[in-house]
Amino acid sequence: MNDMQRYSLFSLVRHGLRNHSGWREQWRAATPKSHYDAIVIGGGGHGLGAAFYLARDYGLANIAVLEKGWIGGGNTGRNTTIIRSNYLFDESSSLYDHAVKKWDTLSEELNYNVMYSRRGVMMLAHTVHDEQVFRRHIHANRLNGVDNEWLTPEQAKAYCPPLNIDPGVRYPIIGAALQRRGGTARHDAVAWGYARAADAMGVDIIENCEVTGIDRDRSGRVIGVQTSRGPIRAAKVGVSAAGNSSVVMGMAGLRLPLESFPLQALVSEPVKPVLPCVVMSNTIHAYISQSDKGELVIGAGTDVYTSYTQRGGLHIAQHTLEAICEIFPQFRRMRMLRNWGGIVDVTPDRSPIIAKTSVPGLYVNCGWGTGGFKATPGAAHLLAHTMATDAPHALNAPFTIERFRDGHMIDEAAAAAVAH
Amino acid sequence: MLLIPCPYCGDRPEIEFSYGGQAHIARPPVPAALDDEQWGSFLYGRDNIRGPHRERWRHSHGCARFFNILRDTRTDLILASYRVGDPLPETGAS
Repeated sequence: MNDMQRYSLFSLVRHGLRNHSGWREQWRAATPKSHYDAIVIGGGGHGLGAAFYLARDYGLANIAVLEKGWIGGGNTGRNTTIIRSNYLFDESSSLYDHAVKKWDTLSEELNYNVMYSRRGVMMLAHTVHDEQVFRRHIHANRLNGVDNEWLTPEQAKAYCPPLNIDPGVRYPIIGAALQRRGGTARHDAVAWGYARAADAMGVDIIENCEVTGIDRDRSGRVIGVQTSRGPIRAAKVGVSAAGNSSVVMGMAGLRLPLESFPLQALVSEPVKPVLPCVVMSNTIHAYISQSDKGELVIGAGTDVYTSYTQRGGLHIAQHTLEAICEIFPQFRRMRMLRNWGGIVDVTPDRSPIIAKTSVPGLYVNCGWGTGGFKATPGAAHLLAHTMATDAPHALNAPFTIERFRDGHMIDEAAAAAVAH
Repeated sequence: MLLIPCPYCGDRPEIEFSYGGQAHIARPPVPAALDDEQWGSFLYGRDNIRGPHRERWRHSHGCARFFNILRDTRTDLILASYRVGDPLPETGAS
């Protein structure tokens, strides 16, 4: 175990008196050892978190996280940071609420401010069908102990004053579903916080280390991986590679029900606080929140074609901005500073896979599609549990690969009709 | 936005087209002869290739015909466009 430099007001003052010359790097730049007990492929929030929970909660001492780029450079640093758990089906709301509960204490557990803010997630209804779907969600959520409530347009406006509730616009707001426990967090801090805490538990975080092959013995069991920094042996390998999951799993001969699409987001110039909560509209397809830096953070839908390029077409972003300007006419004159894309791995039923695979020693956490960030602490914990015990936790037991063989879909795609 | 070469109409912007996913997934001639594993794989399994990818497109707002293209998913460069039934272009993949 390494000595972690704890952050506190006291340490800030102490280092301030020394002109801030004593701060150490947050995690070591580890070089790969020849052998680990467990390897996690993918240094995003999910993978780093899995390594952290393996070390802290499941007692594994010798763990590595392999990242082909840099920590938090993939989807963890490219998403719109929305956190919510108001999914329709029992399996989904339990899974996502497991994560939402873990967000509550994450900053304390990691001694790292992930800036989790329960500012509320409001989903706008523009049509009678929207209202019926949201009311069904609200009832299902309440039966599952997940908060979600119906607001009239006036109540929505009171909670989020910039909303345009004029009934004369093309897509008038006829109500909204509000999950008050939903919110946002600082995405980079999640990756960095997990990396630092895992490093302090002795986990080797190895950046610029691309996995190029998965080694198996005669019986088919995993015995290690080939990487751009040489072979590494390990009896357990967990894959948490988001958009590249098909590529990595293909190295073990597995073909998954996944397709990888670009998903774009963009941010505006920073302004003073103007938007107090997260607002989503599925009908006109836009979601927006304001970061603590003041930028409006706007998410689009996926591009239509599969790609690994981490960029998408400008017309997709334009479509989203048109929707934003419809709901918030006062944002029309704001300038956009940056846009970017991430590659999201989408399953046919839009629910994730966290499971053992048919290859002994190989575990996978994938298929989060457009909504993986919100689940980071939960998915990380469940992947760690599945790897450590070689069996799924009750919460991720339904999220198998075999459900696509057996027809036991968790069909949030059709039933929720939401922008995840 | 992609500039897509429709083999019937020539280069047109992506918004005129619909995407049809991975090409050349043939429906099994006797579905009842398949076991669950094979049927699930036919319905949902995808190669999801990082590299040259054969895929179906439909020129929905043009000639409305289906055709295939070969596109490198690492760069989005379109390497070939071909009609249904044409011989498959080489992927050039190692």
